[in-house]
Amino acid sequence: MSALRSILLRREMGILVMIVLFCLAVGAYKPQFLTLGQLRIILLLVPLIMIGAMGQMLVLVGRHVDLSIGSTLGFAAMVTGMMFREFPEVWWVLGFGVAIGTGAALGLLNGVLVTLFRLPAIIVTLGTLNLYRGLTFIISDARQVDRQYIPTELKAMSQTSPLFGVPWIIIIAFGVAFLTWLFVMHTRIGRQIFAIGSNPVAAPLRGLKVNQITLLVFTLSGALAGLAGIMYASRWGFVNPSNTGAGFEFQVIAAVVIGGVSINGGIGTVPGVVLGVLLLGCVSAALPLLGIPGSTQNAIYGAVILIALLIDRTVRQQGIASLSQRART
Amino acid sequence: MAATSPPTNAAPVVAARGISKQFAGVEVLSDVDLDLMPGEIHALLGENGAGKSTFAKILAGVHRPTRGTLALGGSQVEIPNPIAAQRLGITLIHQEPISFPDLSVAENLVMGRTAGSPLARVNWGEMTRDANRLMDMLGVRIDVTRPMRGLSIADQQMVEIARALASDSRLIIMDEPTAPLTPREVETLFKIARQLRNDGRTIVFISHRLEEVRALCDRVTIFRDGNKVETAPITDLSDADIIRLMIGRPLKEYMHKHRAEIGEVKLAVENLSLPGFFEDVSFEVRKGEIVGLGGLVGAGRTDVARAIFGIAPAAGGRVLVDGQPVTISEPSDAIRLGLAFVPEDRAVAGIFATLPVEQNITAAVPRRIAPGGFIRRLLEKTLAQDAVKRLRIRLASMRQPISELSGGNQQKAILARWLLTDPGILILDEPTRGIDIGVKAEFYEMIGEMAEQGRAILLISSELPELLALCDRVLVMSEGRLTAEIPRAEATQEKIMSAAVPRGSLEEVAA
Amino acid sequence: MSATESPATFSTRDAAPPRPLWHVVLVRPETMTLVLLVVAVVGASLLSPFFLDVSYILRSFTLTAELAIVALVLTMVIIAGEIDLSPASNMALSACLFAFVQEAGLPMPLAIAVGLGAGLAMGAFNGLMVIVFQLPSIIVTIGTLILYRGLAQVLAGDRSIRVPDWFIGINNQLVFGIPVPVLVFLLLSIVLGLVLGRTIYGRQIYQIGTNEIAARHAGIRSRQIKMSLFLLIGFTSAVAGLMTASRLGSVRYDIALGGELQMVLMAMLGGTYIFGGRGTIGGTFLAAWLLVIVSTGMTVANLLPAIQLTVLGILLIVSIIATNAIYSRTQR
Repeated sequence: MSALRSILLRREMGILVMIVLFCLAVGAYKPQFLTLGQLRIILLLVPLIMIGAMGQMLVLVGRHVDLSIGSTLGFAAMVTGMMFREFPEVWWVLGFGVAIGTGAALGLLNGVLVTLFRLPAIIVTLGTLNLYRGLTFIISDARQVDRQYIPTELKAMSQTSPLFGVPWIIIIAFGVAFLTWLFVMHTRIGRQIFAIGSNPVAAPLRGLKVNQITLLVFTLSGALAGLAGIMYASRWGFVNPSNTGAGFEFQVIAAVVIGGVSINGGIGTVPGVVLGVLLLGCVSAALPLLGIPGSTQNAIYGAVILIALLIDRTVRQQGIASLSQRART
Repeated sequence: MAATSPPTNAAPVVAARGISKQFAGVEVLSDVDLDLMPGEIHALLGENGAGKSTFAKILAGVHRPTRGTLALGGSQVEIPNPIAAQRLGITLIHQEPISFPDLSVAENLVMGRTAGSPLARVNWGEMTRDANRLMDMLGVRIDVTRPMRGLSIADQQMVEIARALASDSRLIIMDEPTAPLTPREVETLFKIARQLRNDGRTIVFISHRLEEVRALCDRVTIFRDGNKVETAPITDLSDADIIRLMIGRPLKEYMHKHRAEIGEVKLAVENLSLPGFFEDVSFEVRKGEIVGLGGLVGAGRTDVARAIFGIAPAAGGRVLVDGQPVTISEPSDAIRLGLAFVPEDRAVAGIFATLPVEQNITAAVPRRIAPGGFIRRLLEKTLAQDAVKRLRIRLASMRQPISELSGGNQQKAILARWLLTDPGILILDEPTRGIDIGVKAEFYEMIGEMAEQGRAILLISSELPELLALCDRVLVMSEGRLTAEIPRAEATQEKIMSAAVPRGSLEEVAA
Repeated sequence: MSATESPATFSTRDAAPPRPLWHVVLVRPETMTLVLLVVAVVGASLLSPFFLDVSYILRSFTLTAELAIVALVLTMVIIAGEIDLSPASNMALSACLFAFVQEAGLPMPLAIAVGLGAGLAMGAFNGLMVIVFQLPSIIVTIGTLILYRGLAQVLAGDRSIRVPDWFIGINNQLVFGIPVPVLVFLLLSIVLGLVLGRTIYGRQIYQIGTNEIAARHAGIRSRQIKMSLFLLIGFTSAVAGLMTASRLGSVRYDIALGGELQMVLMAMLGGTYIFGGRGTIGGTFLAAWLLVIVSTGMTVANLLPAIQLTVLGILLIVSIIATNAIYSRTQR
């Protein structure tokens, strides 16, 4: 797929070059940035975003958006955390099933509202963003699930490692990315998501089941947010009704658009998104070293999203312009 | 019309019997019988709106017939939607194909075609090999791994044809495929079409270009006013015969034009150009004069009108109003200069569907209904009511949404909107399209009256009798250029049609 | 190829019979809002006699007044077929800028001008992205929602910036017994109600939202009008931000956090059509009171603030679905 590949590769190469240049620049100023310990810090920053980004990528490729993933993460983490607190005898691995299932249910609800009532996803998920956050407070009675209730084995996943000292959650995150890559590149339905996002009008004419696929995409996004939820519990060792997952959607959307996923659907690659997440991780890790307060992060996310929008528009317009030019001559 | 004998004794691929189609009670296709034979290229000809496209769309499952039956290979079938048509081996190739621009050519070929488990593996290697094989069969060189976006229209058409081959279509319908192509690309397309015919497939070819039809097709079917008027081998018909059959309807008794006093030049256009749309267009319209602008759909007529009115301004040339050069970069500039424009597509560019009729009528005269910025309800009501009475707009209430009115009355409301601006220059783009016969006559009356009032009128129309009955002069455009200017006394349907049909065939027709 | 054959352009009828008057008057979203408001008042007063005390309600309203003021302008933006999700962030950034420069020693009038100017500039930036670069407003303003709030965070960090004492307490100032923020809301409702309902500018907003292409063909300067709306909502957000600063006595980057939900909710609950072309200031006006009664009722009933979020989220979704249903019923 030479031409398609070369365009995408260029984009991915671009992000890679940006990562390298950024790291070298920071390293020149603060040599400790280029150490293995720092790499570990960066890698520990990214697993949640990586998993959320895979779901968000699917939604954006399908020409929708899911703003509710932060609240979904919080809700799923809370449900799981409370299960651990109320039923300490339950096998801790079950928590994964509960978290993923809860997230999937919330994602499915988003999908139903979008497809059944034909509402814009952005408004629906703005509503459910608040709805799910509120529900988290209701079920938890506004109480945090404290450290002692989170199973030790779960917390250990963020520390211990099955190989080369890479903690479990990092392996899971990259595993999810790999599975997503298999799904979007090598299954029929994965490709159909791209088709729908690329031309929603043509899709039903070609016999694609647009509604079912849209439901699936939202459900997957929710399920992955749920997985990120239990990993939050593993990483931080608590679940808080107001903090857990707050603002997660912005980090994820920023990472995904840096990774080259088009807001207009149909375009995006897993390697690109992985690199986007890593770049975001590098920036987050570098800020404290450079003495820049963490409070600048949100401004950076916002600026990044707007810049990506403009780039996306320029690229698309050139495509469209050349197309109509040829059509007329 | 008697069925013409098929060229061979083989059974028809498609046998259509008594196919009729009504849209909201208006019959656009009546009782069409047609047999399409295996291994033929069959042209469908007719004026805009003659029914050929509707017929093709019924075959492709886009529309369902109101009456009549279709038989495929001898057995009667229903074609409820395009997917069903595809499964039955019928592919419609649009002029500008629908595709998934972000996916590769190879993926576009398979997307949605085969059934199977949603989790079934995508075999990229096999997909690419299959796609290359299809491209080889067609003898075209397209990198099947590149995305569709950016592919030329000709190549996109090839991909569509490849898709038809991949799903083993027996009938391939091409709806004006050559209009956006270069001569070379047309050659390639024809080569492939002949090759497909020789494989025993059937091709339905819709085109306005007679010389192409002659070069490519075996048989032609001519439509006129929703009826099939002739099916014959192309060699049996001269170009003059074909044009006569296409336009041969009797001239209806239109309201005769009120002779208006023709005054000085009101609107002049000099060397107007917009690359890709129209080139070097110059003409003038005088006070009290009705100038027709004829030509085929896509000839650039609407683009010229939109340029004059400032919707998509021209890149070169100039516009003069009352002899003064003017700059019109927005419709509001045009309105200030006394221009008015009734657009071709009422639903898209004309009406505010959910707003009351009166608000639709007063939309272009904000200052008249709100002298100080505040809307005076009484003033608005009076203005709108006067207009409704004058144009005899039939409605139940001034405050009902305009979408509840019939097409003709909606169009009258748009005309009323512009008459309120008291324009010196009126541009009417297909003003009677989709309007019942009775209301059409009223429109002709009104257009005549407007000319009598000393307004300059530019009338764009695809209906030749309309141009002949109303206009003092008829300009004809073809492929972005003015090709003829015919005074009223000399104007005939044949002359207009010959100037409108692209490239050549003038001599034969004039004979 | 030929639109002559498209079904929509044909009709055998001249015109559909008009809907009966009661239908026109009653079957509209604002009626739903009014009914809900009455139900909410009755329900709330059964819950607690406080709700029959007008001054209590007015005082409760001051907590929401800033958002309600912006929601009025947002209603016009949505009717014009666009949306702005960034005003709550705009409130925070303009308030932070104002507090920051006055703390740095700029005289108050200038500081206020800086705050208001910043709001205007933020509106202009949104307008630029949407109108000049032709990007969808819904995505652009999600981006600026994050950006503006992020910049406020950069500026103010984690601290609260105090404002001068005389500037504090706009919500306790009464004019004719009405707190000033409520009064501003009332006056703005009347002004914008008149502008939207009675002036050509308002009429053209509906026309743009109904069919922008037709509006341009009719000589309506849709781009200028949309730009003016983005400027207006930017400016109004800054005013609302300063009012919030005055009410709270200090400014933090997180003031009005999540306020876009309530603004959109007020517009939706008031029957503004999410796809543009329909809606009224009156509807949003009623919806603002409805929301105050509901929130206050929930507070009186000792429901956690977070539960109120849930209710707001559900209300938003239900109100969009209901509004869509009503409009699709009345549109034939």
